[in-house]
Amino acid sequence: MPDTSGSTASARVEITRAEVAHLATLARIDLSDAELDHLAPQLSVILESVASITGVAGDEVPPTSHPLPLTNVFRDDVVVPGLTPEQALAGAPEVEQQRFSVPRILGDEQ
Amino acid sequence: MSTVTLRSFEETLEKYDPALGLEVHVELNTESKMFCGCPTEFGAEPNTQVCPTCLGLPGAMPVVNRKAVESAIRIGLALNCQIAEWCRFARKNYFYPDMPKNFQTSQYDEPIAFDGWMDVEVGGETYRVEIERAHMEEDTGKSLHVGGATGRIHGADHSLVDYNRAGIPLIEIVTRPIVGAGAKAPEVAKAYVAQLRQLIIALGVSDARMDQGSIRADVNLSLAPTGADRLGTRTETKNVNSLRSVERAVRYEMQRHAAILDAGGTILQETRHWHEDTGITTSGREKSDAEDYRYFPEPDLVPVAPTREWVEELRATLPENPTQKRARLQAEWGFTDLEMRDTVGAGALALVEETIAAGATPQAARKWWLSELARRANDAGVEVAEVGVTPAQVAEVQRLVDAGTINDKLARQVFDGLIAGEGTPEEIVASRGLAVVSDDGALGAAVDKAIEANPDVAQKIRDGKVAAAGALIGSVMKEMRGQADAGRVRELILEKLS
Repeated sequence: MPDTSGSTASARVEITRAEVAHLATLARIDLSDAELDHLAPQLSVILESVASITGVAGDEVPPTSHPLPLTNVFRDDVVVPGLTPEQALAGAPEVEQQRFSVPRILGDEQ
Repeated sequence: MSTVTLRSFEETLEKYDPALGLEVHVELNTESKMFCGCPTEFGAEPNTQVCPTCLGLPGAMPVVNRKAVESAIRIGLALNCQIAEWCRFARKNYFYPDMPKNFQTSQYDEPIAFDGWMDVEVGGETYRVEIERAHMEEDTGKSLHVGGATGRIHGADHSLVDYNRAGIPLIEIVTRPIVGAGAKAPEVAKAYVAQLRQLIIALGVSDARMDQGSIRADVNLSLAPTGADRLGTRTETKNVNSLRSVERAVRYEMQRHAAILDAGGTILQETRHWHEDTGITTSGREKSDAEDYRYFPEPDLVPVAPTREWVEELRATLPENPTQKRARLQAEWGFTDLEMRDTVGAGALALVEETIAAGATPQAARKWWLSELARRANDAGVEVAEVGVTPAQVAEVQRLVDAGTINDKLARQVFDGLIAGEGTPEEIVASRGLAVVSDDGALGAAVDKAIEANPDVAQKIRDGKVAAAGALIGSVMKEMRGQADAGRVRELILEKLS
């Protein structure tokens, strides 16, 4: 899997069909075999294009995750009003006992 | 649930060395959440402490709570950690309805505190527990599982989520593998969590209530054949929510692993759930694809770079180091090593300290907590701190003993009254009629009666055998139901028979 931490990067990035399938599973996207065949080479090209940026930066440019030279942006520990439960639950597909109702999470225990 | 075979603890230790790892989550007691201004009160009505940020609504932006960072640094310093000069938050990606954002904001390879240690004492021996890291993150929502057996996630029809807890600041403290504890492994695990909890209380950064989940422990355990220089496959047991359970869970997993390994099986690296009621663990999610979290730096938050001045300011706010404090108290109280160890071992150090502060002598404080009250706690199956008597009450009882109002034996009845909630020690002495009788009229009558009933003993005393007076004193005490001033009774007997 490509390293996204920004600590290392090489111009040559390849993403295999198996990696795309794995990522699709993690992202809960159902991809057919044909789609995997189609997408894997395309994603490689995209990643390679992005990786070419690292060729521009010399060794003296550290990798970064933020464009702004800011650190230590804090707020004081003070309570501010949020949403009412009605507002909070307004977008919920289903509500029960003032809680968000979600479909079953795990199947039966093996 | 399938039946699980266990090896006996002794058999397990004959063949294997346990390695422990503990991950303790501490919920901070900040007024507001980690990244938004929502309140953090425990037990509020569901979804009443939420806002667009902690609900993960589009466009909402997090801002870090300064107090939470300070608490994280103070915890790190108290655990002898290095404090990062620069670190970032990271997204831990997973699909699970307890985090509406589909990720938890945490820290990955840049924890705010790392490389620390804490010395843990078990039975007079000290184990150094190395701290790998302490990092900042946010708590998740609370799920209620509906339609299955006894509220469990497995077999539930659907789940109900309350996001009040989502976004409350958490510090996760992770140890390096603790090896070499052998048979003491369960106790070391318990002692570590207990001592960490005391430290958190001393720092004042959390309510530290295990029963309310403000301190939660995950117990990692693996076994390796005795003498092997590698670690075995580990399991991670979650939901261990009391000190006693930490010890039990380690012991249980050791015995379970040993049975599997002895039968030629392999340990599955997995998450397991501890069941307080039955004292067993069951398999949770398997560590597989489902736990590929794809961490990456949180783009919505800028790095945290604590200046060294800030770190030193926070270091100056640390409470006294527990080891030094213990040495200081021992010297002040004049306790022997054994007395001190027993006091600590009984979980009574803070109680004794408070009782002395309330006016009792060190020996009196120790005597009540370690004998009478420890025994009652043991009988009731609770910690001595939960026995139902406060340090101030113990000091008051001792004051009544010192004043001669009651004796040690009657004091035990005062403790009965205190535990039963009958009022203050003085009120209980009055309502139960426990005061010692030193009035010569009442005592004299009882002494006369005792002499009359024991003519042989009386004659011995008349003949100069003063030691025989003990039998008559006993007889008088019995007559007076223990409420006689024994010293005065002795004087009266000797006067009458001289």
